[in-house]
Amino acid sequence: MNLTEKQEEIIQEFEVFDDWMEKYEYIIDLGKDLPKIDEDHKTEDRLIEGCQSRVWLDSHFDNGKMHFTADSDAIITKGIIGLLIRVLDQESPESIAKADLFFIGRIGLQEHLSPTRANGLLGMVKRLKLEAIKHISAAS
Amino acid sequence: MSELEKKSFNVREIREEFPALRQQIYGKNLIYFDNGATSQKPQMVLNAINLFYSKENANIHRGVHYMSQKATTEYEAARQRIQHYIGARKSEEIIFTKGTTDSINLVAFSFGQLLSSGDEILISAMEHHSNIVPWQMLCERQGCILKVAPINQRGELIMEEFERLLSPKTKLVSITHISNTLGTVNPVKEIIQKAHAVGAKVLIDGAQSIQHMHINVKELDCDFYVFSSHKVFGPTGIGVLYGKEDLLDRMPPYQGGGDMISRVTFERTTYNELPFKFEAGTPHIAGGICLGKAFEFLESIDMEAAERHERELANYAEGMLDTFEGLQIIGEAKNKTSVVSFSVKGIHPFDIGTLLDKQGIAVRTGHHCTQPLMDFYGIPGTVRASFAFYNTKEEIDTFVQAVERSLSMLR
Repeated sequence: MNLTEKQEEIIQEFEVFDDWMEKYEYIIDLGKDLPKIDEDHKTEDRLIEGCQSRVWLDSHFDNGKMHFTADSDAIITKGIIGLLIRVLDQESPESIAKADLFFIGRIGLQEHLSPTRANGLLGMVKRLKLEAIKHISAAS
Repeated sequence: MSELEKKSFNVREIREEFPALRQQIYGKNLIYFDNGATSQKPQMVLNAINLFYSKENANIHRGVHYMSQKATTEYEAARQRIQHYIGARKSEEIIFTKGTTDSINLVAFSFGQLLSSGDEILISAMEHHSNIVPWQMLCERQGCILKVAPINQRGELIMEEFERLLSPKTKLVSITHISNTLGTVNPVKEIIQKAHAVGAKVLIDGAQSIQHMHINVKELDCDFYVFSSHKVFGPTGIGVLYGKEDLLDRMPPYQGGGDMISRVTFERTTYNELPFKFEAGTPHIAGGICLGKAFEFLESIDMEAAERHERELANYAEGMLDTFEGLQIIGEAKNKTSVVSFSVKGIHPFDIGTLLDKQGIAVRTGHHCTQPLMDFYGIPGTVRASFAFYNTKEEIDTFVQAVERSLSMLR
């Protein structure tokens, strides 16, 4: 599945929810299931400070693909990280760098990626893209 | 005098005046519990904003034409209305600013010019960043020293410690009347008396008090009292600095520009009289006039009954929230009002706030611009519900149920 197909799949999954609370119940479950980053990996250089919740991002490059894990102190933020990982993990740096994360808006979660939300998610996506760009320029 | 008669306190009737309260958010009736951040506006303020820009818009002071004179008269009438409401001796003692933060910065700069190296400023551990940072900046500029009076676990100022920190070196005590995070009502009258006894001046940060209780600056005998319009049912972008006339007279201007001058030559400029000395440039004319309207509205409210009602709301909410497992009320002062702040073990306030939002309830989460206070309690932030006199017990019932539902989802 490519990056667009993965996003379409998530949008379809969210279509079954009738109201906001059901949607968030699902996001919270995703957050609870997200593999945790090792405590000793939660270092300053992996931290993306939001005004309210914080995000740790751990990424590496292997076999032409980017891999990442992330964590947050807020469970809803973690749930959305779970969705972002599903879309972006194991993708090439090129597709991550130019990825349009349209699914966030389509499932009604755009507020979580707005600059005013201050939960570290926007910073996480920016940093991930930056990492991807670094790999592209290192390879060329 | 007010066009509205002071009526017996009736929440239903008061709510009718606030159109913003009659709307649905995510398909739910809005419950607005973020009044500590900003209050909603009554219809008469909204009408006044519309009227000013539709028919009365003109620049004020020195205009010879009809509209300018009318706008000037209304702007100055608003100043007088505020003067009478807070019991200031003269309208010259009411300086229009951008808000509480601007008022404090004005004092920190202008009163600060009268201070010398080694002079002390005393604040409390429960202050908002806007009553911390301007003093730190002053200390850097002038070599003054910032002292912080500690609080106890209940969130009350420790009076013995406060008194111990007071000395002839203390030139200014700057303290909040009511804590925005904890709801603690500080014993400001006692604080002012004790500060004056050592010759210190006192600034009361009234950002969280004037909308909740009767304020009389003459009775309090404070030297400065500051507040924001938008928290007291008026427009954003304007606020007030009350200062005693002799003190304001001694302070140099804060900003230079039009309106604040008496005569300008390239060699020398002389400054205007109070209050204009501190009001450089075209002010927020519509804001001032409409803040006057907000005070006209307040004059119609029985503030003693409103205060009782808000305390009842806070007690009622706390009584129910306190029964939730792992939930800790932050701020348990004996004298507190209108704010319920809490944290829940193992659950981030951001998650609770997000789920309450989706249930139509507006609260604030985070550190509330009081990071040192969060450090004191060892928490990243709280969920804060802050009430106004238009809130109801029924809203609190819905809120408590929504908190319960949110917690069960997050555990």
